Amino acid sequence: MKIEESEKLLPKSVFDEMKAKIKEYKISSDKTISKITEETIKAYEKSLICPAESIGIISAQSIGEPGTQMTLNTKHFAGVSEMNVTQGLPRIIEIFGARKQSSTPSMKIYIKAPHNNNEKFIRQFSANILETLLKDLSKEINVDLINFRVEIVLDLNEMRNMNVSMEKILKQISLSKIKAEIKEEGDKIYFVSKNNEVNDLFKLKVQASEIFISGIKNITQVLPQKKISEFVILTAGSNLKKILIIPEVDIQRTITNDIFEISNVLGIEAARTAIIEEGMNVFNEQGLSIDVRHLMLMADVMTHDGIVKGIGRYGVSGQKSSVLARASFEVALKHLFSAAVHNEVDELKGVVENIMINQPIPVGTGAYKLKLKEVKKK
Amino acid sequence: MTEVCFNGVIVGTVKNAEEFSNNLKKLRRNNQLTNKLNVHYDKKADSLQVLTEAGRARRPLIIVENGKSKLNDELIEKLKSRALKWNDLVKLGVIEYLDAEEEEDSYIALNEKDLNEKHTHLEIINAGILGSQAGLAPFSNHNSTGRVMLAAKMITQGLGIYTTNFNLRIDSDVSIMHYPQKPVVDTMIYKNVKYDSHPIGQNVVIAIMTNEGYNMDDAIVLNKDSVGLGLFRSTFFKPYICEELRYSGEKDEITRLPDPDKGVSRLRGMEEDYAKLEDDGIIYPEAKIHPNSVLVGKVSPPRFLMGTEEFRMEMREKNDSSIACEREDGKVDSVILTETEDGNKFVNIRIRQARIPEIGDKFATRHGQKGVIGMLVPKKDMPFTSTGVYPDIIFSPHSIPSRMTVGQLIEIIGGKVGALGGRNVDGTIFSSESEKDLRTQLHELGFRENGSETLYDGKTGRMLNVRIFIGNVYYMRLKYMVSNKYHMRTRGPVQLLTRQPTEGRSKDGGLRLGEMEKDVLVAHGAALLLKERFDSDKEIMPVCSKCGMISYINYYRNKGVCSICGEDAPVTFIEMSYAFKLLLDELKSLCIYPKLNIKYKD
Repeated sequence: MKIEESEKLLPKSVFDEMKAKIKEYKISSDKTISKITEETIKAYEKSLICPAESIGIISAQSIGEPGTQMTLNTKHFAGVSEMNVTQGLPRIIEIFGARKQSSTPSMKIYIKAPHNNNEKFIRQFSANILETLLKDLSKEINVDLINFRVEIVLDLNEMRNMNVSMEKILKQISLSKIKAEIKEEGDKIYFVSKNNEVNDLFKLKVQASEIFISGIKNITQVLPQKKISEFVILTAGSNLKKILIIPEVDIQRTITNDIFEISNVLGIEAARTAIIEEGMNVFNEQGLSIDVRHLMLMADVMTHDGIVKGIGRYGVSGQKSSVLARASFEVALKHLFSAAVHNEVDELKGVVENIMINQPIPVGTGAYKLKLKEVKKK
Repeated sequence: MTEVCFNGVIVGTVKNAEEFSNNLKKLRRNNQLTNKLNVHYDKKADSLQVLTEAGRARRPLIIVENGKSKLNDELIEKLKSRALKWNDLVKLGVIEYLDAEEEEDSYIALNEKDLNEKHTHLEIINAGILGSQAGLAPFSNHNSTGRVMLAAKMITQGLGIYTTNFNLRIDSDVSIMHYPQKPVVDTMIYKNVKYDSHPIGQNVVIAIMTNEGYNMDDAIVLNKDSVGLGLFRSTFFKPYICEELRYSGEKDEITRLPDPDKGVSRLRGMEEDYAKLEDDGIIYPEAKIHPNSVLVGKVSPPRFLMGTEEFRMEMREKNDSSIACEREDGKVDSVILTETEDGNKFVNIRIRQARIPEIGDKFATRHGQKGVIGMLVPKKDMPFTSTGVYPDIIFSPHSIPSRMTVGQLIEIIGGKVGALGGRNVDGTIFSSESEKDLRTQLHELGFRENGSETLYDGKTGRMLNVRIFIGNVYYMRLKYMVSNKYHMRTRGPVQLLTRQPTEGRSKDGGLRLGEMEKDVLVAHGAALLLKERFDSDKEIMPVCSKCGMISYINYYRNKGVCSICGEDAPVTFIEMSYAFKLLLDELKSLCIYPKLNIKYKD
């Protein structure tokens, strides 16, 4: 078989890859090329799945079985200079349930070439992106009930470390729309309450301590780490949008584990890839191996209509087309009533519905029917 | 300041809690306070607990002061001459009882020679760290903790003679072992709790080897001829009760033979099931029964009465509510006729079944090594020693290394020495006869000192190439027997509401093909097999193709009738599960119109 003939039989990516490899290894003999083409087609056809194969359940079983062996809530980096990231089953629930709030959002920030081995730069960079609140820079926060004011004693050492000047603090306080008169006295800042109520004073104390001074929001912890040839900054908390704007950041490799953030910043295809990567990570870290195609199917189902949907009542399962299938999953009454109101028709084309009414399911051997040809009498 | 709680209620505070608790203990030892009082000072919570409540488990210990036991030689001499008794020792402040709380504050020495200044108490005997259950296992200081605990649990399940008046008692689901034996290897506890007089097992010859795979994975192979000679034989008793209930208005239940000729309907079984009943409707003692035999015939008034029918005595039909035995053979052991508190006639019938060990019955040693019978092998096929001894049990060697029950191996040697020497071997924890002594004694008795012997294959007569560890061990038959557990069903009762099979062995229920099993069939694509598995409540329903509701057939006119579209409705027959029909009905009750759109298969 000539290589051109196989173009129609193979998908473009496979065909291109085969062509590139043939070129790379400088194969010229027609006989060899023909053999390679035939083998490629054979391998491709073998990897195809038969029509009416129930891949969804096979995927579910293939993910579910190793899932039973996962240890719950292991924190095996206890105390060591590693970020504490949710793992195991809780993380799986987070990913596939498409939880809006990840319990441990975290980023891996890579720096572009000239700086990525400069320890001083990395240290400076880490300090700059770390979210700093007024309370992080203060030694003491006191409520002065006599003068009706909140007293904040600044920690000058910490200010030097974090590269924050007094002017910067005062500027941020003025930007923060806090309703109090601000007085500055040496290393002390006073917030004088405008009305003389004790409750308001305590509220003021909380507000004052939460004033944002510098850094990037949500980045609550930074941990620069020396990898083989460069520094990588691990963070607790994630803010992909703001980090990617920084010119020194290598935007191609920098990544977060928050799938919704990826979906918002980089788009749905990136979110799909992130689901697959994060899912594989969880299983691999537990020493379990599953075929990536099961997770790909899962990610496809979760992202196929442009937004990230979870597997569950509010996501994929709740949006099945069949009334009976939805009702059999959770909150039966809600679905049945809404179906009645909207005059829904169940086409009985899914698996669950047909099991319910005791009919052959439309997968596997049940997917095909014999059509009888009417024979006209002569 | 420390909070002081008396029986869990705060009563005050003290400044120096330790001094206070020491004073309390001193007063207790001087008999100025009751000896049922215990004190515990919890340093972490900074609270002092004083307890005198009933229901605390307490145990006696010898008091130690300044590193010396208060039970001195003088007192021991007096005890030997019986001048002193136990209660005198308590009164003298030599022995006191500690509860679990006060034990936390104490430092208890196991042996007198270990005593130092810090000790507060001394064990009366070092085997006292085990209770009466765990203390029954010999050589348990050679076993791992987990196995000792398992053994203690299994000892409570062993069959024996649980009470000597069992013939007079009606206990549910109890067994009596026919020939229980005193163990050859015993412990001190046996004599003290008088376990000697009601033992729970038998001494058997055990060979640790494989037997054609029939003892893999904790199974054991039993010698069929030993079983034939009465090894581990037991009797199982099960009571059935029957009460004549009285309802309002002369509607009483009567125990008598339910006779269909006298208007009794809904008979429980076939005619032969009632064959053993006597004139009073009750079965006679020693009657042989088979599955479903009726034990007491009883006739009840009909459950649902309609208006005027209630007053027409002669028209009243009667239901059979006889008591039948479950799916088991046996004999009627005793029939007891009595009255309840309310004066109702009360019949109590006890069934007796001989339980000969069969494949699947559970056995265990006193070392937490439990297993079920995998095969009963005739004696002629069992391996034998050069002296012609056949093992009763063949035990798998794979059960030993991971469980680390070395005590069982020592017991086997000890059992062999005891059986050959005609004596009991002491296996009390910490003070047992030493393994070395037992080995030398076994050697003196003319056997290999490690307990192994050359065995010959029972089938071929050839000598086995390896020496087999063989000896005597005490085995218990546990109360779990297959005949109480096995269950199968082809057809059987269904639930009234859903018409699906009932659940559970006692109701002759079906074996559920669950959600995950269903998924397997879906994944495999076996659509029609799946349909067949789930059609236990299959029903062919007439459905009106006009309005899509379940309708019915008027068989006199052979025409379909629909309750909406009226007579001569276009009815088609649809196969569906009854549960789905039920769902449609429930939807109707919710004012939802579940219309079935009928279409011919294309």
